Amino acid sequence: MSETVITREEIKEFIKSLQGSYEVFAPVREGGYHRFKQLTGDEAADLDFSNTRLSPKSLLFPQSERMFEFTLDETNEDSHILKETPKEYPPAVVFGIRPCDAKALRLVNVNFDNPEFTDPWWAKRLDSMTFIGLGCNDPCSTCFCTSVGCGPFHEEGLDILLFDLGERYLAKALTDKGEQLLGQGGFQEDADVDTRKRAGELKKEAEHKISSHVPTDKLKDKDLLNLFDAPFWDEVAFACINCGTCTFLCPTCWCFDIQDEVSKNQGDRIRNWDSCMFPLFTLHASGHNPRSEKVQRARQRFMHKLKYYVDKYGNGVACVGCGRCVNYCPVNIDIREVFKLMNEW
Amino acid sequence: MIAYGEKIREIAKKLLAEERVDLIIGFKQGTLPLMTEPVMIKEPEKTDQLYWSSFCSMNLANYLPKRKEKIGIIAKGCDSRNIAVHIVENQIQREQLYIIGVPCTGMVDRRKIQSLVDGKEVREAIESDEELTIKGNGFEQTVKKIDYLQDNCITCMHRNPVIHDELVGDLVEERKDPDPYDDVKEIEELAPNEKWELYSNLIKDCTRCYACRNACPLCYCPTCFVDEADPQWVGKSIDPTDTMTFHILRAFHCAGRCTDCGACQQACPVDINVRLFTRKLNKDALELYGCEAGLSIEERPPLDTYQPDDYDKFIR
Repeated sequence: MSETVITREEIKEFIKSLQGSYEVFAPVREGGYHRFKQLTGDEAADLDFSNTRLSPKSLLFPQSERMFEFTLDETNEDSHILKETPKEYPPAVVFGIRPCDAKALRLVNVNFDNPEFTDPWWAKRLDSMTFIGLGCNDPCSTCFCTSVGCGPFHEEGLDILLFDLGERYLAKALTDKGEQLLGQGGFQEDADVDTRKRAGELKKEAEHKISSHVPTDKLKDKDLLNLFDAPFWDEVAFACINCGTCTFLCPTCWCFDIQDEVSKNQGDRIRNWDSCMFPLFTLHASGHNPRSEKVQRARQRFMHKLKYYVDKYGNGVACVGCGRCVNYCPVNIDIREVFKLMNEW
Repeated sequence: MIAYGEKIREIAKKLLAEERVDLIIGFKQGTLPLMTEPVMIKEPEKTDQLYWSSFCSMNLANYLPKRKEKIGIIAKGCDSRNIAVHIVENQIQREQLYIIGVPCTGMVDRRKIQSLVDGKEVREAIESDEELTIKGNGFEQTVKKIDYLQDNCITCMHRNPVIHDELVGDLVEERKDPDPYDDVKEIEELAPNEKWELYSNLIKDCTRCYACRNACPLCYCPTCFVDEADPQWVGKSIDPTDTMTFHILRAFHCAGRCTDCGACQQACPVDINVRLFTRKLNKDALELYGCEAGLSIEERPPLDTYQPDDYDKFIR
């Protein structure tokens, strides 16, 4: 796989040139924060950011998505038959995604594309996308990626990884898809030994800068019910207001709800993000709610990420350490503290 | 205001030790600078967790409804007004509460501080009575807190707790005459389509996470109208019509009850100033009924009272 040196100017031109044949999504600053947006016209990516406020999961898994359409008009021969909403999957480039968010997409993939079930929309979108990651030279104090099987220059889920060397980037192709995309740039300069060395140092320095560490080593062997019944949940959940901030900002929260919306004779079947923080998430048709109390709902989120997922998939926790929930929880419930409580219990 | 912490811990410890309350609801220091976490303390020896800073912006009255215990609660001016609203609306009994009043000089807006350093990460914050020093990678800056207060604190006319059993410090001077509704008046001047555009833009990034609703002490309905499933009143997608329905109805449910504590705005993960909905209704409640919510535990909210001498004929 190639490792190429690209100047800042070249990369701008390259991204612009891609807009002809790809949909290009990149971080832009709008309002007070960065978000992934499709670049159009002269709009440029803004890579002067720590991370986007919301994760890029919505590029593959939109907050609201029309799945099927139907008619209730009984004079129509297709009455009451679900028809898949036509969708397009144009080739797309996701530029400037952080390594934690790229890993998160692979993590969510176990839910949407596995031997048992394939979600066609997720899978086709994932397939249509090429991911150009940007390593983190300056991780935040709330980043704990290195504790959860990820890192500031983690390569999983990426097709190309960029190392920001100041005036230049080192672009490392990681997959055939990435190699092919880089090839389209016609970049001439292969990275020499010194540049590769500098990139390696950058990675080490960034890993060294990670100041948050969470323990995960004992989670797997903990008794599930013992953790479930642990006395600390009341304390953890006291401040929780049961909003959906943590779940909606999280790159690995994948839960959804399916709703039929009908206007006159026409209907849509829509999939919306849902949140285990919401009472309606578990409300049964009988009226019974197995998670009627907020402490049960707060516990669910942490147990899912740090225990149920660990036990079910055997590949670590369902968290990439991006720190969004830590930063934006309105009442400062900090998952790093919950890691400690659960691991040490 | 910094010195309040010590006094809060002292009062809380005494109340618990003397078993005058079963628990204390207050704040503990956050795991991040510029943040605090609401906390419930039951043992006197744990009262050293209690903490005070200019970032105690959540409204603790939110944690009261339907509690059965005898509760000591820390209350800024706005929290105390929401406690009063809860008492009037039978969410809690006055006798259950020991209100530890905090004369407030305003909460500092963490988002304003973050935009001051252009979104860079604030890694340390040190507070004095008047000033705040923030530090991060490659910067250190000291600002006057008064220049970075939450919007609702800038126009607040009730900084002292309206009901309390004990105060943690001397009462502070109330502001005499800020015009609290300048921004609302500007919006009132707009044409209907301009208003619609303004409010549509305001909520265009809303994710329906309901942090605004859930941070609000007024929103204690067992099932919110947006969560009703049978019948379902509102669509659950982020279709602009449904999102707007949520915001408008939420605001109207708060009419004549909102104390403008700002918790909704502070809680929003995508920086929406949801107060622009409720503030118009606060202004209406003041102008139409002379009502400011939560100033008394005797007076019912204007929209659930009836008076035979109402000036509107249709209701007489």
